[in-house]
Amino acid sequence: MHTVLTYLIAGWSGFFVMAVELLGGRMLAPTFGSSIYVWGAIITVFMLALSIGYLAGGRWSTHDPTVRRLGTILIAAALSVMPMLAVGVRLLDAIAAAIPDPRFGSLLASAALFFVPTLFSGMVSPYAVRLLVQDRATSGRHAGQLYFVSTFGSAAGTLATSFYLVLLMEVNTILLSLLSISLVLGGIALTVRKRC
Amino acid sequence: MRSANRRARRLLVPLVSVLLGFAGPACSVDAQGMKLVHSQRSLYRDVLVYETRNVRCMCFTRECRVGRQSCMDLEKPDRIVMNYPQMMLAALYAKPAPSSVLIVGLGGGTIPRALKQIVPNVRIDVVEIDPAVVDVAKRHFGFVEDAQVRTIEADGRVFVKRALREGRRYDLVMLDAFDHEYIPEHLLTREFLAEVKGLLAPNGILAANTFSSSRLYDHESVTYAAVFPTFFNLKKDNRVIIASNGPLPSAEQLQSNSKRFEEAFRRFGFSASGMLPLFKTKPDWDRDARVLTDQYSPANLLNLGR
Repeated sequence: MHTVLTYLIAGWSGFFVMAVELLGGRMLAPTFGSSIYVWGAIITVFMLALSIGYLAGGRWSTHDPTVRRLGTILIAAALSVMPMLAVGVRLLDAIAAAIPDPRFGSLLASAALFFVPTLFSGMVSPYAVRLLVQDRATSGRHAGQLYFVSTFGSAAGTLATSFYLVLLMEVNTILLSLLSISLVLGGIALTVRKRC
Repeated sequence: MRSANRRARRLLVPLVSVLLGFAGPACSVDAQGMKLVHSQRSLYRDVLVYETRNVRCMCFTRECRVGRQSCMDLEKPDRIVMNYPQMMLAALYAKPAPSSVLIVGLGGGTIPRALKQIVPNVRIDVVEIDPAVVDVAKRHFGFVEDAQVRTIEADGRVFVKRALREGRRYDLVMLDAFDHEYIPEHLLTREFLAEVKGLLAPNGILAANTFSSSRLYDHESVTYAAVFPTFFNLKKDNRVIIASNGPLPSAEQLQSNSKRFEEAFRRFGFSASGMLPLFKTKPDWDRDARVLTDQYSPANLLNLGR
């Protein structure tokens, strides 16, 4: 149960990150355009946030790691998406008015909206590795499987969002759905009892 | 064998021009007798200039037969070769003497060049996202910037928002930013059209060069209708939508205004009165189609379908 849930959370988190990243491009386009530098700003922020998230997740995994805490990270990532829903457009327009250069405008906007949720999402993988690894001999295999699940989730999230989801639903509806799935998964993890 | 050879050359030409530098001239003749005379790389794409007999065209892809952005007759440079700029200029029937014009998307600069000739003292702002397009338009299509015409290098939507904040108004706005294979989706939403409407002076006119096929037609139509309840829907190869920030002019007004342009348009190679039958307002689309918004804007996915 612990193992399945850990993989599930890692895979879903991968899906979530890429879906939010693609939707981020949608959110920024009306204000900053959809030029290559807008995508550059978004991807930069995601990569930076993930990298710091990996560090933070690895650190936190040294203090009494549990699946429940992994669930908490997932919930934190989901909740930090909410500002996008609440103040998205107003914030973006205010930033565009303050910073005329769309390159730096989109960089600041991406940082404001996407840095925190992506940082939390980045924490998931190293934390999950810690939960899965039993001994040194199998640590590489577990890490490899974890990367597989998480990156496979990212691939699925990218494809699903860009081929189908944007054709079916509004951006905010997709975000709300993603957020709800994260909350459910995280909630399940919170109910799991500590393994002795 | 021949086609493999052609394919190889097709691949080789951009490669060689890349190796030579960003703007290396290259020469190649493809099956339609179109000769690549210039190729310029930009942040967004290759801007290609092809020539066939006496016509020179700007293209963004190697399939220049379908993807021509803009064409010019080398012997009669005043002639307007393609249909859609003719329909765009017919917007003047609804606004015969605009003093300020905004054009989103330059291409070869056919429309600003023509406008300058027929509307004395008009001031034209052209927004073009790709500096390479401006460069090629100047070097190969006789586009000139001067006191009357200025270009702004920006995304159309970013410019429109900025112009709104600055309180600018235009008598005529012309949207010409679509490519046959890629639509900037943030330029085809209800919110964008509302912003454009906000830029129009009272009774100002919007002319938009858009698509006329695929199921996107229905979505595009209802999106325009959400902001401009009635509009003229001109169709001939392309589709040009002409809408007003106020009541649409009557058929009589259009006809009498068109007379002012008969002579000028003849010089451009088409008949002013010949455009009049294209001014139709009857909806011929599925009015239940979903309106495109900033929240829901899969224009390119919709354009793939059926």
